[in-house]
Amino acid sequence: MSDRLTTELAGLSEGAPPAVLPAVLLRTGLADGYVRRRGPIGPVFVAFGDRGVSLVDLAGDPARFEAAARARLGRPVLPADPPPALAAAVDRAITSGRPGRLGLDLGRLSDFQTAVLHKAAEIPRGEVRSYGWVAAEIGRPGAVRAVGSALAGNPIPLIVPCHRVVRSDGTLGRYSLGGAANKPRLLEAEGVDVEGLRKLSRRGVRYLGSATTGIFCHPTCRHARRITDRHRVEFATVRDAESRGFRPCRDCRPHAA
Amino acid sequence: MHDDLTTRLAADLDEAFPDLVRLVQDGVYSGVLRMTGNPADAEDVTQEALVRAYRALRGYPPERIRALRPQGWIWTIAANLCRNRARARSRRPETALPAGIDAVEDRRAGTEEQAVGSLDRERLAGHLAALPWPMRAAVVLRHVVGLGYPEIAAALDRPTGTVKADVHRGLGRLRAAVESEERTA
Repeated sequence: MSDRLTTELAGLSEGAPPAVLPAVLLRTGLADGYVRRRGPIGPVFVAFGDRGVSLVDLAGDPARFEAAARARLGRPVLPADPPPALAAAVDRAITSGRPGRLGLDLGRLSDFQTAVLHKAAEIPRGEVRSYGWVAAEIGRPGAVRAVGSALAGNPIPLIVPCHRVVRSDGTLGRYSLGGAANKPRLLEAEGVDVEGLRKLSRRGVRYLGSATTGIFCHPTCRHARRITDRHRVEFATVRDAESRGFRPCRDCRPHAA
Repeated sequence: MHDDLTTRLAADLDEAFPDLVRLVQDGVYSGVLRMTGNPADAEDVTQEALVRAYRALRGYPPERIRALRPQGWIWTIAANLCRNRARARSRRPETALPAGIDAVEDRRAGTEEQAVGSLDRERLAGHLAALPWPMRAAVVLRHVVGLGYPEIAAALDRPTGTVKADVHRGLGRLRAAVESEERTA
């Protein structure tokens, strides 16, 4: 009798539900969750942990994303639903192309790369800046190429809008999220006149000034776009503009190359 | 074989912790399920116990981690959570389920034979759930989870002799309940 009862008691064991392990890893920060969301150039996978969003990539084969994410973050990523507030913040950030209050987990990146990405995140929607501008803004004017590499390794594209950083000759340069062709697609969707920018650059024009205010800007700066044809003055360099009595815009901050 | 796991936990907690979860999760879930009598509570409490275990281990020096026996140690955390959950349930009886019969049966929809076996299991689980707390916890840890008396005593923070007596008396009550059922059947 005692044997039968204890055998039956031992038979009351049950396997833990499969959701336990992922939930524990997420809650302890040993894994990130990821979720599929709509993006401006197709669906994306967004990985997130307790510090915020850690990765964004075009949605493809989940197994490949999981392997790449693990290599990149040094911890596994598991399919999981984000808390509703985070999901809403992610959608807002992707739609607007700016992090806003969304937390970003740039954990493994160098200080330099982190500074580059935070600077890129300041570029307003519908505007572009050059790699050289980013380098100058973070106090490393000589590090233009390194800025390019840092942006190429942006783990959180679309939300950290590296597509708004272009070459100073008016060509757009590289883009890592699905290839270079996506860069003009994203910029045009935000209202950037990519072709107009290229034409200006081909004529050697890098800055536009207003004869009424005496201020000069990057061509895509929202102040430059308000200048009427009659008052628009074109400049090739910052020195050129300053020698003609113009001062740099305080918002888009042209820097001497 | 757990020596290897505790060595790895002491060396790199984050790397080895998922293996600790894999090692103990079935035992924890089984025990919690039979202590709380409710699959939803059991999943919740199991998760919470494992998360707290991780936080506790982060504060332990390596030699303390190396000396652990994980399957017993986890119950020093999980047993309290079960008792608190059971108390909360008894204060809000309208949300308590008798013995989680519905959910468990859903998961085990199988042959006729399995269904009969599952009914027996749930009847026994129901008798178990009717035992008072310290007795139920002791019987579950001894005979469902399979811990030794010193580990049970540590988990429940009671003397080993008391725990042994609880298991003995608990088995006696279960036996009586099963026998009276069989006579009326």
